[in-house]
Amino acid sequence: METILNIQNLSKSYHSAGHTLHVLRAINFSVEEGSALAIVGPSGSGKTTLLGLCAGLDRASSGTIELNKIRIDQLSEDQRAQLRNQYVGFIFQNFQLLPTLTALENVMVPLELRGEKDIRKRTLSLLEKVGLADRVHHYPAQLSGGEQQRVALARAFSTGPKILFADEPTGNLDVETSAKVMKLIFDLNKEAGTTLILVTHDMELASKTQRIIRIKGGEIFSDEKTGSVANHGYA
Amino acid sequence: MHNKMNLPWLFTMAWRDSRRNRSRLFLFVSSIILGIAALVAIYSFGNNLRQDIDNQAATLIGADLVVSTNKPLTPVIKKFLDSIGKGAMRSQQKNFASMIVFNSGTRLTQVRALEGNFPYYGKIETTPEKAGDDFRKEHFALVDKTLLLQFNAKIGDTIRVGKMIFKIAGILNKAPGQTGITASVAPVVYIPMQYLEQTGLMQKGSRINSIFYYQFDRPEYAEKLAKRIEPRIEQFDLDHDTIESQKRDTGRSFEDLTRFLSLVGFIALLLGCIGVASAVHIYIREKIATIAILRCLGVTGYQAFFIYLIQITGIGFLGSAGGAILGAFIQQVLPVVLKDLLPVAITVNISWTAIFQGIALGTIISLLFALLPLVSIRNISPLNTLRLSLEETRLFRDPVKWVVYLMIVLFIGIFSYIQLGEWREAVYFTLAVLTAFLVLTGVSWALVYLVRKFFPSSWSYLWRQGLANLFRPNNQTIILIVSIGLGTAFISTLLLVQDVLLDRVTLSASGNQPNMLLFDIQTNQKKEVSALIHTQGLPVLQEVPIITMRVEEVKGYTAADVRKDTTLDVSRRAFSSELRVTYRDSLTDSEKITEGKWFGNITPDGKIYVSLEEDYARRIKVSVGDNLVFNVQGALIPAIAGSIRQVDWNRIQTNFRVVFPAGVLEDAPQFHVILTRVPSVEVSARIQQAVVRRFPNISIIDLDLVLKVLDEILNKIGFVIRFMAAFSIITGLIVLIASVLISKYQRIQESVLLRTLGASRRQIIFITILEYFFLGALAAFTGILLSIAASWALAHFTFETDFIFKPMPVIILFCLVPALTVLIGVINSRGILNRPPLEVLRRDG
Repeated sequence: METILNIQNLSKSYHSAGHTLHVLRAINFSVEEGSALAIVGPSGSGKTTLLGLCAGLDRASSGTIELNKIRIDQLSEDQRAQLRNQYVGFIFQNFQLLPTLTALENVMVPLELRGEKDIRKRTLSLLEKVGLADRVHHYPAQLSGGEQQRVALARAFSTGPKILFADEPTGNLDVETSAKVMKLIFDLNKEAGTTLILVTHDMELASKTQRIIRIKGGEIFSDEKTGSVANHGYA
Repeated sequence: MHNKMNLPWLFTMAWRDSRRNRSRLFLFVSSIILGIAALVAIYSFGNNLRQDIDNQAATLIGADLVVSTNKPLTPVIKKFLDSIGKGAMRSQQKNFASMIVFNSGTRLTQVRALEGNFPYYGKIETTPEKAGDDFRKEHFALVDKTLLLQFNAKIGDTIRVGKMIFKIAGILNKAPGQTGITASVAPVVYIPMQYLEQTGLMQKGSRINSIFYYQFDRPEYAEKLAKRIEPRIEQFDLDHDTIESQKRDTGRSFEDLTRFLSLVGFIALLLGCIGVASAVHIYIREKIATIAILRCLGVTGYQAFFIYLIQITGIGFLGSAGGAILGAFIQQVLPVVLKDLLPVAITVNISWTAIFQGIALGTIISLLFALLPLVSIRNISPLNTLRLSLEETRLFRDPVKWVVYLMIVLFIGIFSYIQLGEWREAVYFTLAVLTAFLVLTGVSWALVYLVRKFFPSSWSYLWRQGLANLFRPNNQTIILIVSIGLGTAFISTLLLVQDVLLDRVTLSASGNQPNMLLFDIQTNQKKEVSALIHTQGLPVLQEVPIITMRVEEVKGYTAADVRKDTTLDVSRRAFSSELRVTYRDSLTDSEKITEGKWFGNITPDGKIYVSLEEDYARRIKVSVGDNLVFNVQGALIPAIAGSIRQVDWNRIQTNFRVVFPAGVLEDAPQFHVILTRVPSVEVSARIQQAVVRRFPNISIIDLDLVLKVLDEILNKIGFVIRFMAAFSIITGLIVLIASVLISKYQRIQESVLLRTLGASRRQIIFITILEYFFLGALAAFTGILLSIAASWALAHFTFETDFIFKPMPVIILFCLVPALTVLIGVINSRGILNRPPLEVLRRDG
């Protein structure tokens, strides 16, 4: 298996009001293509910061990040934007749909950005796959939380990303809807062979992935295999 | 990769993103609509006016060629004037000021004695219409409508001009080239020329302007002829005008008017633009989440910037187009507003050039101001999807912002240069605008800083909340203080300057100052007139002889020498005008010697030391000790500049540029001026009647009437300025309303929270009142301080007079502005209070 993500000696600190706040220190790990990994830890441990850095949403203070063999820490913000558009998909806790666009348009945006043609049909079939065939022209405000997250899922998979970053994807959903959404994430992942990086509090959910990295105080506390083959089968 | 500028997609995204925000976006540009409307109206008006002047120039002067002079007509000049008129139609008119006696009073008017068929173009507008022609045949007169109103006279009544009685044949509504203002300053009475001699007013020394009107078979001949005769016109010291020169002169003076008005409109537009910048700033802050999502999906910083740039440009264009349409309507009103200032009838055609200019200007300027918040979009991090970026504050220290600031300043400078036509004035205007902006911004920063630093923690909760609202996130403190402050400064400056101008002329109204001036008194009438005044129980406050003369030589050089050699340190202006000079042995209390020594008498060795007024001496480049030669009606009198005087021209008394010592001019041909003070309108009427009955050649100026006329004129001009200022004021109000509405959502959340926690409706209103009161009061106070500085500068440098501060109007303004601010704030917040808390909480969920 090829390595899709390689993190070496990664640190992040912020300067604020004359103080330096170290959020992450000397993080090292790598992720194999097609695998599923959970990053867990208490609030304020630095897991979301780590996700942001891995996905190229922020710049590290030191260390290197290789995504699909590309050193993203050396890219400009606009180059990283292009990289995200090509290889990366996102799912957020609060869905992050564009409020002024319909469900269909939200899913179409990444493809339009690539300049692809005849995308309507593909997008409609994706929305159908997530069970929203009859909600395509609704605006986010007209959809329930579960429906919004399913639109976000369709959007994340629309470009066929190599790696999917999910930040507490079920954090805003009830238990029943959470289960449905997670099943959908794992199913779509299995189908597309995408790598999944999941940030969560939920140990039960984390245990469905093949590997769990625990973060505490900005450092890796443990890095264990779960024995689950869950990436390709959510129970 | 396809992340290049994909323009069609950017347009699609701009369109999609605007879908749920269009009414808000329109609210942003609503503040520029009035500014653009004002400018389009003025530009359209200016374009139409230019066209109308071109079309009506002939009726302005009423002939193809006009030659005039205020000197006696010598036989040589008469011959020359006859030679021009060969084969042409010719009319002659003599204009002079004289007292006219009505049944119920007298007044100094401009008498026009007319002979011939003038005007050849247009007509003398009268009621009845035929009177304009008929009055020439007999002892008839046309009398200006303002005079008829003043003396309650009507057609068929009689008036006395000098020794002659004329019957009023008609009401003079408008003479060629006359405006409402010139009619109030010098109301006109037309009489037929054939009776002029019999009025007895054509005495030697009377100031009479003779005008000759020519009409040629081929009008274009006038222009060629004017060029040909120019050397002789200059030789005889005559003036001339053709239809073409009239077009140029009138066009030029009205271009100044439209330029001034468009600057006033521009201020309204600038005010609106601050509104746009502030609204877009808040809009973009609310869009941070959306922009961050787009960035996550692969949109580059510039692509995100362009999406919103397209949106704001589009809405700026729509707002400008709306303004242009409104301007086309307002243009219909402008001729009514400006009618008293205009010599021509104005047509109201749609000027597409003006509309295009307005739309282009509005789009560019709203975009320039919107760029300030828009450039920050480039730096919005995708990390905002996960959490609000910790490094957000860095966004607003972008160097590109300084480039935008520079572009805005340059734009204001260039635009004002286009309006004013002079770099110096454009720089002053730009600096004044910048200073006002900076001072107001500085004051609002200081307010926020001071409130934070010295926050009164011990005050009651409502006061603390009201104050805290001034510096909460997304506060509107700066924008509201700047817009309300600028609006207040503008109105207050208008009020103060109007006071300064009126004060300049009301000095005579009090104390023992003279308020009536009798002039053109012949030497042999002097004693009798003084006696007449005394018999009426009135004082003779001053009696001054006046001699007319010209400057013949300065420092040994004549006008001809100076014309030949322009390097000489002598001003040509010294020789150009006729001087009115007096002689006396002492200074008056309005004079002060600043250089040299005062000589009250001719020196024993026969040297004549004259005293020159300081501005006049500077203008003609003469210093103490320089030699001068005066030409007193043919006799050359050598003199030396003995002293330079400072003269207080504001005092109502006769003041002179040159004063001779006693013992030189006593026997020269002269006339006299007597100043007196009348206690009431009745006495004024009585003495005028008595003087004019016995001495028809004497003219009387009733200063109280002059003041009334000036007041009237200032009111007319003031109305025009107030009309234009209204655009700024209403724009200020729109910015205020828009700012309140834009921050409404934030207020809903706050007040819902407060209400959930148990705050009453009254308490929430009280917090709102406090916040707006602080904003309104501080803005008004700063605006008024700025206006005092501006009015002082205008009084000191432009009108060269003392700045007199009358506090009352300013105090009223200071109360009114915060009251209005609070009112608008509370009215707009009312909707918030009426919503049930649950509705908002649910929507947030």
